[in-house]
Amino acid sequence: MKIHEYQAKQLFAAAGIAVPKNIVAKTADEAAAAFAALGGPLAVVKSQIHAGGRGKGRFKEHPDQPGVVLVKSADAARENAARMLGSTLVTIQTGPEGKQVQTLLVEAGLNIARELYLGVVIDREVGKPVLIVSSEGGMEIEVVAEHSPEKILREHFDPDAGLFPYQARKLAFALGLEGNAVRSAEKFFRQVCRFFLDNDCSMTEVNPLVVTKEGELVALDAKVTFDDNALFRHPKLAELRDLSEEEPMEVAAQNAGLSYVKLDGNLGCLVNGAGLAMSTMDLIKLHGGEPANFLDVGGGANVEQVTEAFRIILADPNVKGILVNIFGGIMKCDTIVTALLAAYDNIGIKVPLVVRLEGTNVEIARKMLAESGKKIVTGMNLTDAAQKAVAAI
Amino acid sequence: MSILVDRNTKIICQGITGKAGLFHSQQCRAYAQQHRPGEDVFVGGCTPGKGGTTVDGFPVFDTVEEARRKTGANCSLIFVPPPFAGDAILEAADAGIELIVAITEGIPVLDMARTKKQLDANYPNSRLIGPNCPGVITPGVAKIGIMPGYIHTPGTVGLISKSGTLTYEAAWQLGNVGLGQSTAIGIGGDPIIGTMYLELLEMFQNDPGTEAILMIGEIGGNAEIVAAEYIRDHVTKPTAAFIAGKTAPPGKRMGHAGAIISGGKGTAAEKVAALEAAGVVVAESPADMGAAVQRAMQRRR
Repeated sequence: MKIHEYQAKQLFAAAGIAVPKNIVAKTADEAAAAFAALGGPLAVVKSQIHAGGRGKGRFKEHPDQPGVVLVKSADAARENAARMLGSTLVTIQTGPEGKQVQTLLVEAGLNIARELYLGVVIDREVGKPVLIVSSEGGMEIEVVAEHSPEKILREHFDPDAGLFPYQARKLAFALGLEGNAVRSAEKFFRQVCRFFLDNDCSMTEVNPLVVTKEGELVALDAKVTFDDNALFRHPKLAELRDLSEEEPMEVAAQNAGLSYVKLDGNLGCLVNGAGLAMSTMDLIKLHGGEPANFLDVGGGANVEQVTEAFRIILADPNVKGILVNIFGGIMKCDTIVTALLAAYDNIGIKVPLVVRLEGTNVEIARKMLAESGKKIVTGMNLTDAAQKAVAAI
Repeated sequence: MSILVDRNTKIICQGITGKAGLFHSQQCRAYAQQHRPGEDVFVGGCTPGKGGTTVDGFPVFDTVEEARRKTGANCSLIFVPPPFAGDAILEAADAGIELIVAITEGIPVLDMARTKKQLDANYPNSRLIGPNCPGVITPGVAKIGIMPGYIHTPGTVGLISKSGTLTYEAAWQLGNVGLGQSTAIGIGGDPIIGTMYLELLEMFQNDPGTEAILMIGEIGGNAEIVAAEYIRDHVTKPTAAFIAGKTAPPGKRMGHAGAIISGGKGTAAEKVAALEAAGVVVAESPADMGAAVQRAMQRRR
């Protein structure tokens, strides 16, 4: 689960991690008041959407207005905020449709000496959390990894004890920090690692991480993603979820216990198992089709879930046909067919439907399909099913 | 011959009084009875607070330690709900269980980091498969997991897979071309899993009952790249592979927590290239996995 920058910074501040002075604004007047309250000669007004690339992003309604802007007066804060709030920000990460900005963060300026990068993630190869830092602040870490991998420094840390002081100092010295900045970095690095552990994050990123002229490390940006599987023990964090940032059908799928990702093609897929679902998409492409979605009904899906899956797939107006690919393990093939036949009648499936079944109770399931009297095409194997589905559109 | 599971494997289920735990314990017991009538393979289960009872003929114990002591079990199949699964894994290891197969999906990743740390530090004799996996099967000998038993035929292909249903698909295709499996293992789709490709590749390479290997991976991370390097340097047996997710768009998580491409890293193309460079026959389509193993075997002759 992703949260907004302003939410992440509030959590940071509560955990003792240094952030610039900031005030959340939901109206243009609040933005102007925030500028005055911060009391500085300048402030930064930042659009709050989940996608990155906000500084370079522009608004659909105001093509010259950047998503993050430096202002030097309360009036400038108000004018910019008026253009930003309620408008649609398009960045490299939002896609062409963009995201509507509903909240702004107004932040005091800093005396910046250096900009660093900091990220904490799980290193799946080692099975441990890892702190990643780099001297290349402000750049995407993937780009740094590609062009100058030697500038990326890593320390794995213990999932119980967190980052030890010597590990933090090692990184601080390797980054060329000196004097007060070393002490500040030791504290900052350890606090961020502790934050990652205490909140069950799957990612905590600070880019850029600023070193001020006074030698203090301050989080100029904050990107936090939580492990969905651990939210059950963080009910307060779960409340930070912003559903308006998510694809509505993906949310509906999640509520039904399904895993759905909308894609751009026209052939809907209903598959059990993530690996098989991805492979089914690959197969559709291989035979000249375009998948409209990824949909994994999971291992133990029931009639209601499968019906909901069909409803979600068909809610996409691009869908001109559906390929059902089930290899029954936990999921019995007759369960799928029972649901499929119910959905066919309830929802009124009008697009061509190709079904490929294998596994537990497949004979019963095939017989049910054959005797249903419905226009459902049976695929005899993977390739046959994919070819028939692509041809049916 | 086989790896991990053989005729000495005796199984209990942690979480046997739950719906899924009981259903699959029954299925695993039926599989053993069908293939090895008269032998006691699935010997009981464990649910804290329900010790001393029985469920459908399975004796239930309060602790794994007691279950092991009284049944001689050396393998545990875990169906414990996610918040308690990490603890269940450690309980099994501490009781001296050698093979722990965790089916549970949705364990917090930091729980697994802590569990793995304990396993590595204190329980070198216990091996964890999973979590979030279909389990392990040595066809004709024992099924420890949720896979449909009949699709796996005894044979000489060692099968390693990150994905559940894709493993079934592969086993089915292998059966259709007359190739059974020595052992089939679903390693799990989570970011942190107990056993990765390398250790299993090494076991299959050393297993006289395995003639060829099929490895099924997916996008995200670099485990398949590391495996490709290992195969190049250490595996002499014919090896085929398939990578799922060639067409998945970057930045989107495809069901498995692991299946996400970020910043051009962990793409299918990278993985396929690394595997091919290591002499592995890579199936172009998921419908081609069985045939790819055949091609790998012919190429080595």
